[in-house]
Amino acid sequence: MTKEMEKVGLTVVHACSIVSISKTVGANRIVPTIAIPHPFGDPGKSPLEEKTLRKKLVEKALKALTTHIDSQTIFA
Amino acid sequence: MADKYRIIHCLNQFFGGLGGEEKASMPPSVIDGARGPGLLLQQQFPDVMVVATVIFGDNYIAEKTKTATQEIIDLLAPYFISSKAERPVLLLAGPAFNAGRYGIGCGAICQAVYSHYGVPSVTAMFPENPAVDEYKKEVYIAKAGADALGMEDALEKMMGLGLKLLGQEMVLPEQDHYIPQGRRKNFFSSQTGARRAVNLLLQKLHGETYETEYPMPTFDRVTPAPPISDISRAKLALVTSGGIVPHGNPDRIEAANAQKYGSYSIKDIKVLTAASHQTVHGGYDPTFANENPNRVLPLDAVRDLESAGAFGALHDTYYATVGNATSVANAQKYGRSIAEKLLANAVQAVILTST
Repeated sequence: MTKEMEKVGLTVVHACSIVSISKTVGANRIVPTIAIPHPFGDPGKSPLEEKTLRKKLVEKALKALTTHIDSQTIFA
Repeated sequence: MADKYRIIHCLNQFFGGLGGEEKASMPPSVIDGARGPGLLLQQQFPDVMVVATVIFGDNYIAEKTKTATQEIIDLLAPYFISSKAERPVLLLAGPAFNAGRYGIGCGAICQAVYSHYGVPSVTAMFPENPAVDEYKKEVYIAKAGADALGMEDALEKMMGLGLKLLGQEMVLPEQDHYIPQGRRKNFFSSQTGARRAVNLLLQKLHGETYETEYPMPTFDRVTPAPPISDISRAKLALVTSGGIVPHGNPDRIEAANAQKYGSYSIKDIKVLTAASHQTVHGGYDPTFANENPNRVLPLDAVRDLESAGAFGALHDTYYATVGNATSVANAQKYGRSIAEKLLANAVQAVILTST
């Protein structure tokens, strides 16, 4: 899906937990997330800490969207 | 018993009979004897004995592949240091069908066990399994169907290939039903290359069917889109393959092999809640996402950042499907259709979240 969107000129960041799949499928901007059942969260943390964590990941995704890349890049 | 082929079999927690998604984070363990598909394998091949079964959690191996494979190498050590007659001669993993995490596990184990213990290691997957591209060069991957209906056939192909490798026989992708590894094998042909090339050309010119001797690789890559120059004015959209839908799943999106995607309004919604939204993805434990759907589609954090001016505005609609054994062709179709809607709404940037 990321590729089909990029083909028509949208800038896409793929935020996902299994980076290797994202890479083989061909996403260009990749942000690794926390875990498969909760990519943007961590149930072990307090709700406030979890939200902070989630916000940081979204900020990382926004940063990826504004970064120039020539090839597949992982924004770890 | 001494004349039987002694093999190691590897399964995920589900096929190993230890549990479903709630056990997907379990580290690898090993048990003596066959389990599940291994029992069927022994029936199909009476001269095969599964000496041990490695069982691993899908999430554990997909998230910590290196650690998990090292743990498996260590768990298997006692079997490989035993006397020659007792030592396993072959490792089979799966079949993993079209399960991505399971496929990663099987591919990684085969690669690691072959390089560490030197025994032929074979897995089986559906050709569209996302792990195929990652492991096909180094691992023998027999062709399996998309789901467990193809169990017997996949075991047959996997074992057949394994026995040939064990006998050091020559194997070829077409006749031995495995995914081509891109290797070249030398052989003598009765005709020179020039003659074969001209014959192929003539067949092509006459519109006849012909088979190339060297298929060109296809790389389905897209040039990276330019960065967003002014994010403070950009319109952003959220898309997910994690199956987050309004509570009740109004479009009845399927839990696996989704046949559609949904478009859902988030106008004036600041946060997703357990009452408003849920996941319908059948490929991971839904507990955490159902408790707090923002863990998969981070709307609350995105809204905070929107208010803080970190980007221009959020598109009023988000798009969701289930990326669980969904065919590549369908995923492309959904991607194209969503992209059209995004362009029509002047969206420039997309965060696509996956589990």
